[in-house]
Amino acid sequence: MHMPEYTAKIKEISARLLKEKKVEMVIGFRKGTVPMMNEPCFVKMPEDVKELVWDSNCGINLANYLTDRKEKIGIIAKGCDSRNIVTHIIENKIKREQLFIIGVPCKGMIDKNKITSMFENEINEISEHEEKIIVKGEGFEKTLNKNNVLQKNCKICIHRNPVIYDELAADLLDEQKDIDRYEDVRKIEAMAIEDKWNYFDEILSECIRCYACRNACPLCYCPTCFVDESRPQWVGKSTNPVDTRTFHFLRAYHCAGRCTDCGACERACPMGIKVRTFTKKLEKDCLELYGWEAGLSLDERPPLDTYRPDDPEDFIK
Amino acid sequence: MRLINIDKKSWTGGLENLYGNYRLFGPVKNNKHHVFKELSKGELPDLNYLNTLLSPKSIVFSQSETMFEYSLDESKEQHHILKEINKDYSPQALIGIRPCDAASFQLVKRNFDTPEYKDPYWLRAYESTTFVGLACSNPCSTCFCTSTGCGPFHEDGLDLLLVDEGENFIAKILTPGGENFIKSAGWETETDPVAAEKIIKNMKIKAEKKIASFVSTDQLKNRSAIDLYAAPFWEEIAFACINCGTCTYACPTCWCFDIQDEVSKNLGIRMRNWDSCMFPLFTLHGTGYNPRNTKMQRVRQRFMHKLKYYVDKYDDGIQCVGCGRCIRLCPVNIDIRRVCDMMNKYEG
Amino acid sequence: MQNPYLPYPVCIDEIITETEDKNLKTFKLVFLNPDDEEKFSYMPGQFAELSVAGKGEIPIGIASSPTEKGYLKFTVNKVGLVTTCLHSMKAGDIIGVRGPLGRHLWDTLKGKKIVIIGGGFAFTTLRSSIAYMLDPLNRMNFKDINVIYGARSPGMLLYRDELAEWETRDDINMHITVDSTDDPDWKYNVGFVPTITEQKAPPWDSDTYALICGPPIMIKFTQPVLDKLGYAHDHIIMSLEMRMKCGIGICGRCNIGKKYVCKDGPVFTLAELDNMPKEY
Repeated sequence: MHMPEYTAKIKEISARLLKEKKVEMVIGFRKGTVPMMNEPCFVKMPEDVKELVWDSNCGINLANYLTDRKEKIGIIAKGCDSRNIVTHIIENKIKREQLFIIGVPCKGMIDKNKITSMFENEINEISEHEEKIIVKGEGFEKTLNKNNVLQKNCKICIHRNPVIYDELAADLLDEQKDIDRYEDVRKIEAMAIEDKWNYFDEILSECIRCYACRNACPLCYCPTCFVDESRPQWVGKSTNPVDTRTFHFLRAYHCAGRCTDCGACERACPMGIKVRTFTKKLEKDCLELYGWEAGLSLDERPPLDTYRPDDPEDFIK
Repeated sequence: MRLINIDKKSWTGGLENLYGNYRLFGPVKNNKHHVFKELSKGELPDLNYLNTLLSPKSIVFSQSETMFEYSLDESKEQHHILKEINKDYSPQALIGIRPCDAASFQLVKRNFDTPEYKDPYWLRAYESTTFVGLACSNPCSTCFCTSTGCGPFHEDGLDLLLVDEGENFIAKILTPGGENFIKSAGWETETDPVAAEKIIKNMKIKAEKKIASFVSTDQLKNRSAIDLYAAPFWEEIAFACINCGTCTYACPTCWCFDIQDEVSKNLGIRMRNWDSCMFPLFTLHGTGYNPRNTKMQRVRQRFMHKLKYYVDKYDDGIQCVGCGRCIRLCPVNIDIRRVCDMMNKYEG
Repeated sequence: MQNPYLPYPVCIDEIITETEDKNLKTFKLVFLNPDDEEKFSYMPGQFAELSVAGKGEIPIGIASSPTEKGYLKFTVNKVGLVTTCLHSMKAGDIIGVRGPLGRHLWDTLKGKKIVIIGGGFAFTTLRSSIAYMLDPLNRMNFKDINVIYGARSPGMLLYRDELAEWETRDDINMHITVDSTDDPDWKYNVGFVPTITEQKAPPWDSDTYALICGPPIMIKFTQPVLDKLGYAHDHIIMSLEMRMKCGIGICGRCNIGKKYVCKDGPVFTLAELDNMPKEY
């Protein structure tokens, strides 16, 4: 099934849900005003579902828009969104009964920064056809293989199908097999401590503390984030590298065992910082230490939420 | 006003001459994008660029800036008393700044230079800066400068406008500061002013024709602030917003800041850092009460400030130069052009 | 260039605990450099930023009156980081004062009848106003002065010695009230400020101005009472609170519509507020 059919099906389901008053709103995407961007939106009237779209620019994680909402909501969910919905339900940020999940088996989202950096001139238009991405700008037109320009997290995704849904917008996909998810993490693990430190510093050197990474993350719903606490104030407010590091490292730890590697943080960063570098290591640790992948089941609590006598403890020194 | 010709062969030499007399800042491409940075000796600005990712406002208004220092050591004289610190306000030049960004300093100046109070940090840095503009022959698709009273060849706020003619720049000297800059560089090839003006005019018309996006602002002044504030569209506009500070930090005309003390051992500083109306903390009272507690209120504040409160306060155009950065960088594609048109159209 | 962010150094001369919950203390401050006192020329209703090195600044209404020379007084409620630190300080400690900040409307008030309505710890700038008007050199510049001031309980009233002194005077009508009390010797009013206002405030005429300071709930319920008594909205003056940093209309956080509370306020007439978004 191709993207226009996905969109048509999403519209059809959404209109039906709104007409039958099964939900008060549907949360999805509308077409963006600039290439490779769509805008999260809600639709409340059946006639407005024409706004909804689905394509390879829906990288924002919509679970982020569910936090503490009270309505009955229809929500479009790709694989990672659905896993964060599961996490949200487990963490009491939304109730399963409130949701009608329109599952979207996901073929991956394209990497805006990567594509932009491939061209000298500005990109004015992007269209997609099956596995091809057609890029147009002043004086050039080029066809790219979608697989080569996927977001990094999509490229190594092994949960493209939603894990929880009430209706599907397309047939389930075969999951990617034999994927090495942690090649990049192993590279960093192999670095000498000092090199690692320098590497992290370099990654973070451009951070402007705008908190787009945190705020795009469905896990970061704390009423007051530790960086915003004033009594005591844990972290300085300037762009001092110590404070910037503290923010990113601690945020990553706070997401340990909960992160689904949806890539929303990295996608949101205006400076193109590889924020996933930090969350990914902890994701790997959780898999290796606890055999855990976040957001796959409503019946199991995240490993750092629970205690088992056989929990590994050799990292406690 | 004087026009001269700068052969690109003499560009590097001129910059070298300038190096001792000015701290030079210019666009440089790091591995990802163009940023404004201080040029080291021999380093050239990359003038083959669309625009920098963030605005160059930080060169006059640093994201973090120390204001005072003090000692908390009671055995020291003058302990706990805040002291001004020495700062480098020697001449600096922003080479290759786009006309929209240069114009932004004029808007922001209204905030930092008021009849009652002068912000010494911003003003001293501003006054030490020579703005060497680079006319924009290839505006981005998100640029809407011509709708904001600005434009790709706009001269307000510039000391000097460079127009790239391929083999050479035509330099239009607009102020005594621009004249000093040119003298210091040693560029002195006079050019036929009539012919040069004609070339500039033609290039300007061509560039303005390339501007593809527009906003209407003509009705904003007539709209009631109270009506706009209560307009029904804010929930919908704000929905996607994640309340990060990207738009405000990227914006050349956003000027809000926070003041903070930081102490290390017995030495303290009072500093100011950029702040953002997108953050809940921005307006949180000590009691826990927050007059802008919801995302919708904060998003509304940002747009109302730029497109209505500023217009009313200064009886002028909008607090925006149309650089398009907030559109390009917003992680969730909230587009000020759309919001501006909605506000302009709204009749209450 | 004068640096408007640089506080004047002051020494804490005296600290008075005002209320039974010990959450309100009055700080009497003396300028370290006598010249600074002259530069700090203020009127009641204005505020200053109190600066605690290492902690930051906090905007506080000036509780002393410009007629009281040689010192400044600030009554500080313990709420946040800076005020908590202030409460732990002692006489002799050095802090800073930056100001005076904000506008005042005394040009309008000269020669008028004044009705002061205050609640809780917001009475500080009203105390300044009263002391100012009662000064022998100023009293003839004002007609009748009525004061309605309420607190939760007798022990929560500020400036109790002064209140008692004002009660004995015949050039000011005091209407002190508490929400409730079990003190059998309590000889003043019992009831909320809006109720006492309705009973005691003089009817409005074009010579009468009301000055209101208090918690939002008090203001919310007093406003309809004043409407009932016929007070014109441009004759009701209120003081607003906002999170502030610079205090001089530059840092951008305390706006209501196009107005900055720090610089265009903190006092506004109700008529002005009627034309501003209700975002405070």
